[in-house]
Amino acid sequence: MSEPVIDEELAALHRDVQAAEGEPLLETKDLTVKFGGLTALDSVTFHIKRGEILGLIGPDGAGKTTCFNAITGVYRPTSGTVTFDGSPLGRIKRYQITRRGIARTFQNIRLWGEMTALENVVVGTDARHKTSVPGALIRTPRHRREEKDAIERAAALLQFVGIAHRGEEKAKNLPYGDQRRLEIARALATEPKLLCLDEPAAGFNPSEKSALIELIQAIRDDGYTVLLIEHDMRLVMGVTDRIVVLEFGRKIADGLPAEIRDNPAVIAAYLGVPDDELG
Amino acid sequence: MSHKAAPETGSVTSLGQRLLAPGDGLRQWWSTLSRPMKWIFGVIGFTLLALLPLHTPGFIDTPGISFGGTMAAFVMVAIIAIGLNVVVGQAGLLDLGYVGFYAVGAYTVALITSPDSPWNKMRPTGFFSKDWAWLSCVPLAMAVTALAGLILGTPTLRLRGDYLAIVTLGFGEIIRLLADNLSDITNGSRGLNQIAYPRLGETHKLPNGVFSSGNSAGHANYGTWWFWLGLVLIVGLLLLVGNLERSRVGRAWVAIREDEGAAEVMGVNTFRFKLWAFVIGAAIGGLSGALYAGQVQYVAPTNFNIINSMLFLVAVVLGGQGNKLGVIFGAFIIVYLPNRLLGVHLFGVNLGDLKYLFFGLALVVLMIFRPQGLFPVRQQLLAYGQSARKLLGSADDSKAVA
Repeated sequence: MSEPVIDEELAALHRDVQAAEGEPLLETKDLTVKFGGLTALDSVTFHIKRGEILGLIGPDGAGKTTCFNAITGVYRPTSGTVTFDGSPLGRIKRYQITRRGIARTFQNIRLWGEMTALENVVVGTDARHKTSVPGALIRTPRHRREEKDAIERAAALLQFVGIAHRGEEKAKNLPYGDQRRLEIARALATEPKLLCLDEPAAGFNPSEKSALIELIQAIRDDGYTVLLIEHDMRLVMGVTDRIVVLEFGRKIADGLPAEIRDNPAVIAAYLGVPDDELG
Repeated sequence: MSHKAAPETGSVTSLGQRLLAPGDGLRQWWSTLSRPMKWIFGVIGFTLLALLPLHTPGFIDTPGISFGGTMAAFVMVAIIAIGLNVVVGQAGLLDLGYVGFYAVGAYTVALITSPDSPWNKMRPTGFFSKDWAWLSCVPLAMAVTALAGLILGTPTLRLRGDYLAIVTLGFGEIIRLLADNLSDITNGSRGLNQIAYPRLGETHKLPNGVFSSGNSAGHANYGTWWFWLGLVLIVGLLLLVGNLERSRVGRAWVAIREDEGAAEVMGVNTFRFKLWAFVIGAAIGGLSGALYAGQVQYVAPTNFNIINSMLFLVAVVLGGQGNKLGVIFGAFIIVYLPNRLLGVHLFGVNLGDLKYLFFGLALVVLMIFRPQGLFPVRQQLLAYGQSARKLLGSADDSKAVA
């Protein structure tokens, strides 16, 4: 038996991405989320094109995470629609949204601490597996094939994000930065068309941030579309193709990073408006 | 029923923690063994265990009660512990009414084969022959309990944590009260007698075979035979449950246990896998109930008290939640110690009568010093763990993008 070697190609997206690059992958229309009397998200309309990295930014409390949760099915929109890959997401369950092709990471890391890093990623690959309880009970050929594929792909993904040498450690024992990377690997394992990253650089130092920028770009180059929520402006400006800005639940700007940088409404939202300029 | 490990106090380990820790060394040794070696040691271990009732060392023997009978009770509780471990240890669903499934399994066999039951289906009027009645009732009992698990689980598994515990507690009591009060069917508190059992080894001396209660003397009494039957079933169950553990099913269970919300977002159909855990656990509990009904040949509602549910849970917690070998050891403690102490008198008190006191104390001590149980587990969740290890060994993180 030859020594096993990780096949790097397995880290890339290997399902068909049907439409051409540049076509909208996800569109929200008048997306509104209300919590009782509070309107967290107010008629937000934007879209994400295939193959791009879209940044979703805004000051604290602007509704970024609410928007994210409405897209990934954690919250049900009060009104408005989310269309993904040509069909509405509607009232489907969260795990089905993952199977439709949206994966996410969490702002506060939510790994399965008692599992190893590799097992965490393998659970991600399981989202595409078909073996059910009877099949696993008697170890059908499909089950064996899926298990083999799962560890090969999971190992490739761990190497892709740079933590394969820690693959056998319990997730809870990994250093903070590696846990963030593991979350990305786990999300990629579900073979998403759209990868949503919720503040992936939170708590990172500048060199870790540059490494993360490279990683996100490599993910896009592998055929994934990325939605990025981030506070850090340097990171957002450095990595995104397009930016949507929210403030108080409303979209106030939408454009290329250079346009957003010079947009007076965005500057006002982030820095405030000097008193003498107030009308 | 938290799965969080003991608070890590650094190098300071108390005496209590060290006294309860020999399981660690054993587990460490076991986990370094290759698969064939595990098989060899497993076969040796089970063979020695099987021979125990034939050549019982004096210090192990139970003076107050038949040793074979004790071991028979042990395998039944061990099977229960394996089933309950799937629900509580692996999927993290606290089930306080597990005895209900045990009761459903036992009553299924009893209702079909006992002459006291109006639903008796034995020959000449019914379908089942005397020789095969018990064996054909076993899969039936498992199917009925699995169905009971499905019916209980479908509405209740949407609940989490404490709420689920309360509902299952209620289920256990409801089953017992039904058995007690549906006197027309279950014969009420008088119970059902003369339940069928396997007819094997019928000789002139033992007209009803080795599994009948008539086989009470000699080298291998009927308890010993039931013990052997139970051991065989345990080996089969361990293989099947192990297959599940090392598949996407077992991984889904652990993911649900660790963080249900994250599991759902990662594409795990949490409700379906929780229901499966419940149904599988129920079926295994039903199997044990069928064994019990066959061995004792009598079921009555008092055998299925809620306190038994707690004892089963103690076996799982004591042995180490999630560790299917550990919980068998837990079951052994739960069954063996009270029987061993049955005839032992200290200051005029029969120590066997104090079992609940001892288990209570043991649990308190365990929760303080070793909340993960005597044999905590590093579960194997991959079908090809060895090749995964090799693959990761070949990994080169310098190939990473960043």
